Amino acid sequence: MSQRKLRILIAKPGLDGHDRGAKVIARALRDAGFEVIYTGLHQTPEMIVAAAIQEDVDGIGLSIMSGAHMTLAPAVVELLEKQGADDIVVFLGGIIPNDDIPVLKEKKIREVFLPGTSTEDIIAWVRDNIRPRARAA
Amino acid sequence: MSKPSTQIAPTREEGTPEHPTYDAGTIRQIREAQDAWEKEVLAASLERMPLRREKFVTDSGIPIPDVLTPADRAHEDFLRDIGFPGQYPYTRGPQATMYRARTWTMRQFAGFGTPRDTNQRFKYLLSQGMTGLSVAFDMPALMGYDADHPMSRGEVGKEGVAVSSLADFEILFDGIPLDKVTTSMTINASAIYALACYVVTAEKQGIPPEKLGGTIQADILKEYIAQKEWIVPPRPAVRILIDMIEWCSRNMPKWHPVSISGYHIREAGATAVQELAFTLADGFGYVEECLKRGMKVDEFAPRFSFFWDVHNDFFEEVAKFRAARRIWARTMKEKYGAKDPRSMMLRTHAQTAGVSLTAQQPYNNIVRVALQAFAAVCGGTQSLHTNSLDETYALPTEEAVTIALRTQQIIAHESGADRVVDPLAGSYYVEYLTDELEKRAREYLDRIEEMGGIIKAVEEGYPQKEIAESAFRHQKEVESKDRIIVGVNAYRMDEETPIEVLKIDDALAEEQIARLREVREKRDNARVQKALEAIERACEDGSNLMPPVLEAVRAYATIGEVCDVFRKVFGTYREEGRF
Repeated sequence: MSQRKLRILIAKPGLDGHDRGAKVIARALRDAGFEVIYTGLHQTPEMIVAAAIQEDVDGIGLSIMSGAHMTLAPAVVELLEKQGADDIVVFLGGIIPNDDIPVLKEKKIREVFLPGTSTEDIIAWVRDNIRPRARAA
Repeated sequence: MSKPSTQIAPTREEGTPEHPTYDAGTIRQIREAQDAWEKEVLAASLERMPLRREKFVTDSGIPIPDVLTPADRAHEDFLRDIGFPGQYPYTRGPQATMYRARTWTMRQFAGFGTPRDTNQRFKYLLSQGMTGLSVAFDMPALMGYDADHPMSRGEVGKEGVAVSSLADFEILFDGIPLDKVTTSMTINASAIYALACYVVTAEKQGIPPEKLGGTIQADILKEYIAQKEWIVPPRPAVRILIDMIEWCSRNMPKWHPVSISGYHIREAGATAVQELAFTLADGFGYVEECLKRGMKVDEFAPRFSFFWDVHNDFFEEVAKFRAARRIWARTMKEKYGAKDPRSMMLRTHAQTAGVSLTAQQPYNNIVRVALQAFAAVCGGTQSLHTNSLDETYALPTEEAVTIALRTQQIIAHESGADRVVDPLAGSYYVEYLTDELEKRAREYLDRIEEMGGIIKAVEEGYPQKEIAESAFRHQKEVESKDRIIVGVNAYRMDEETPIEVLKIDDALAEEQIARLREVREKRDNARVQKALEAIERACEDGSNLMPPVLEAVRAYATIGEVCDVFRKVFGTYREEGRF
């Protein structure tokens, strides 16, 4: 069985416009051989989940610098659950205080990447932790 | 190559300068001596011990020669290119005395939580010797949404102070006499609303607009280029800004209606050359739009101000301030025909580079900030914000902000930099970098002009693409360890002690929303409706938007209501998700 390429959605939830990190990660993941879709800015959790399902992705990388991560990241996970798509792996990068990380992980954000993380580490993590989802026939 | 479109005397290409810094005979002797030095001393040294890298370049990629001497300054015309402080082309600074008469304004950007939280932080900072206020607004305010809008979910009061109406401004500046302080407001897409709120808050304190000093950022073009906080498309957004500039030029003589900002451009990944070029291009774009409006250059340009990032490459950053002043002065005089010296002198705020701070070993950030702040001072900034050590985690704690402010005070009182004007002038290296930055920025400016001006270039995504390329290259350099960042890709520690960070209570959103609802209930809704209709008419008929926005603010129309009118008439801007 040939494994298809992983599909990753890079998303910018909320009003935060700082997209330097999101774009660098999107490009690095693409260069690493994944299929990458970038949502563009100012997305609601609803828009992100709709895009993830429509694009049939295997993972969602959220990028948040505005401090709204405790609201927006779990909202994405909850909406995925409601849609029966909670096998899509959600990971997060941005300005995230250390104390928030265990709380986020409890809410099924699988990994949190802080400033200074190398794209190689993120690529390796995606390879090790995200699997192609089973497709409907 | 097409001919340069900016009709400015080039700095390097021409033959004999009229006022050479060094005479031709001396330069010849130095060149001969340098040839001999290269053959004998340098070659032998390289044989014994080769260079650590194949080539040395600045952070912007400007090559750094083995050594620089007066012979590299043969093209320099002292009076034309460097001259005196407070005099054209202002390379050495906008004032004759610089910090010898008055040190720079220490202006710490602050804003979080409710207006009351930020009001208390302002009062604390003023009591600690801060000399100017600087307001950070939360994301909903910056994007023109009320606190109870669905898009504001999780964002209220997080990245700045939450404001939705005049009622919030009244609390924000409570007990602070607005004719005694100067205030900087960092807000762009919805700036016209914030400016109107500030004017009306002062009005209620009995202070007329002509007595208000300060700055509103309002630099909308850099939002499309870098920070990405927009409401309507670029052209109507620039029109709103020109309305503000026009109104301020007649009513607020002490106010800076725009702060043309390189900061966000640099933070998004631009090099120093790109920061210089795209920022000045934005500035010239505003000049041209004001001229199209029928204003005279000396009516508005004296109130333009700038805002630079100060990054790590100390010498290049100092040179950037000097090059910026020279390019602005030359272009304003020679291309736009400015006569008033104030139209030619670039005055600037500066902030240390947030993007240079590391989450790893955060106390190291104090040192980074100090070096960057020292560069801003050596470059001759008029005001400065120093970042706090904890900003890769959250908004700063009071303790962290105090260290950042103390850093400026140490530079001002202990380093000696406050005693001298343009201390690095005449350094062969800094003068070389100043010339190179000017030349390279001009190449970008010419390209933008060929594209049809900065608004066109922004619509086509040109600066955005250039910046994204630089950001990606930077990341690759870090990952290949071509660029070392202490604590990140070298000198790492396995165990790090976590630092205290500021927590913003989520309950504040409820408080904010409750106050907003109360405002909506208590106000005269018929008056609000009328005011919003007047804004809509002005949007359509092209008359100045400031008077109807002021009336709407007085009637307690909210930021979301006013910006909804803009969205309705001009449409909402969207950017494709390109990477």
